[in-house]
Amino acid sequence: MFMPKLQSLLIRQKYMACFFLLLFLSTLTVNVFADQPEPAFKIDLGKINLGQPLSLSEIEKYSITVSPDGKHLPKGQGSVANGRELYNNQCKMCHGESGIEGPAARLAGTNGWISFSDPLRILRIKEYPVLLISVGGMWPYASSIFDYIRRAMPHYAPKSLSNDQVYALTAYLLYLNELVDEKTILDQRSLLKIKMPSHIESVKNKNNDHH
Amino acid sequence: MKDKFLKPAASGGLLDRRTFLLSGLALSSAYPLTAIAQTVGTNFPQWMKTPGRDASAYGGPSSHEAHIQRHLEKNTPETAIFSIWPTPLANQRGIITPSGLHFTVSHNGIPNIDPEKHQLMIHGLVDKPLKFDVETLLRYPMVSNIHFLECAGNTAPNAVSFTALDQDCQALFGQISGSEWVGVPLKYLLQEAGLKPSAKWVIVEGADGGSHARSIPLEKLLDDAIIALYQNGERLRPEQGYPMRLFLPGWEGNANVKWVHRLEVTDKPAFTKDESGLYSDILSDGKIQRFSFHMDVKSVITNPSGKQVLPEKKGFYEISGLAWSGHGKIKQVEVSADGGLTWAKAHLDQPVLSKSLTRFHIPWQWQGEATTILSRATDEQGNRQPTREQWREKYASYSFNHYNAIQAWHIDQEGVVRNVYA
Repeated sequence: MFMPKLQSLLIRQKYMACFFLLLFLSTLTVNVFADQPEPAFKIDLGKINLGQPLSLSEIEKYSITVSPDGKHLPKGQGSVANGRELYNNQCKMCHGESGIEGPAARLAGTNGWISFSDPLRILRIKEYPVLLISVGGMWPYASSIFDYIRRAMPHYAPKSLSNDQVYALTAYLLYLNELVDEKTILDQRSLLKIKMPSHIESVKNKNNDHH
Repeated sequence: MKDKFLKPAASGGLLDRRTFLLSGLALSSAYPLTAIAQTVGTNFPQWMKTPGRDASAYGGPSSHEAHIQRHLEKNTPETAIFSIWPTPLANQRGIITPSGLHFTVSHNGIPNIDPEKHQLMIHGLVDKPLKFDVETLLRYPMVSNIHFLECAGNTAPNAVSFTALDQDCQALFGQISGSEWVGVPLKYLLQEAGLKPSAKWVIVEGADGGSHARSIPLEKLLDDAIIALYQNGERLRPEQGYPMRLFLPGWEGNANVKWVHRLEVTDKPAFTKDESGLYSDILSDGKIQRFSFHMDVKSVITNPSGKQVLPEKKGFYEISGLAWSGHGKIKQVEVSADGGLTWAKAHLDQPVLSKSLTRFHIPWQWQGEATTILSRATDEQGNRQPTREQWREKYASYSFNHYNAIQAWHIDQEGVVRNVYA
């Protein structure tokens, strides 16, 4: 970002260029450490360069983070029906019959548990206070459901599902939250069109201002 | 100690924090001489009459302290899916938590990583994608700083429970610890890769079974973030992210990604699992606030604290505790021993460091009557702890993260200490 300034200096004062370059480099070395407790010695960061080049094929192997805009979302598709079968075999034992019974994190329901009028809510909060936040109630983007199932689920065998299986499970979770119907087949395009209920509830953080 | 030194600082028996600093303690050395026995050995305990054992290659605490341990938090399912092990805060003094007792929370268990096969990758909106192995990172210049680390959900029971649960300091406040963290400033590595002008966020990912990931604003990573390699003088423990973790001074524990292996530089956040759900805050109007990274100013009296019993009715005690703020240094801690009617300034032990635990204490003459003790901290930015009522007004009844209200401990006439809402 200092280059334009440097270039104009070189054009206007070509005989002084070497002097200014040296001056600039010396301030850079100081500035880099300005916010940090200083190490015992000062070095030119451009000279460390111990990092090894990371190839495109290596990057592709590990790039599993799916963004809300669809970046890194792979091709594939899966139906609610297939998702139900996978869910019953691999997920139900931790997440419960309809995604609300636990003991693992809630997949369906409103923020306040199954519902705000759930008569057992107080007891449930006392039993598992941190697990009442549900995917359907809190997550603002459906892309995150695909992302998390693929990287971390099922808990006992993460990264063992195919892309089509992850699409199917994502479809079934959306169905449990009544966001898609029973006949839905989810793919790259339709997943990005899902509007999660909590998307409109999200607010900017006034204290931190990072969104 | 003579009465002239006992200066009251507030009612309820609080004494001026300078009492001992001014007077010093005059220790009596007048031990009576006992009658000489046949050998002097008769008068000495067994361990003074036999040679001791040899040292061990890696020392541990005394067998008499073996019960001082972390305990699995019972309010979560007993599985490594999500396990919380709070630190026994009331058994510690000073500002450093022993590494083996440092609180630990994991969402997918603790991986057993081979350091020779572990790499830190940087890619995305950079000029040169780079990878660094552990040996290479150990050659970079490092910084060392003492900082606290706190889980966003620390003290959650007091945030959501309708009645104050009878729990101890470990269960309620044990998801905070203090350490010396040593590592490579992340800005060295990011600048080596060269950031593109559109770079604003970095998706930081761990090499654990669940590939834990968080989106972190680039400005923090270029400020005081480090890739931590050492904790309290030794390489990181597996539970703290061996062989390397992201350390973000003053920010919620979950964002300090353990076992870090990949940094993807982007222009916007990815809305990963934890930033979508568990680590969001629900405001009182039902709106959801995300990316609330800072841990706000907070304090707790660790002695006396919940479930302890004062050994002597009436008499002298020192009230001691910890204060911290993710916004900077602690400026002052006030203590009340009369349920919040009057307050006195506590003494702050040096060093008082930015985004670090600060130890406070104040002498206290307990009159033997039931009372409630409280502490409230203020940081150098002027942030001051809210009351529980003020905190609750801001959040929905079931929102539990970032709870930093003033803590109250009730002491009954028998000296039994109990968690209460002030």
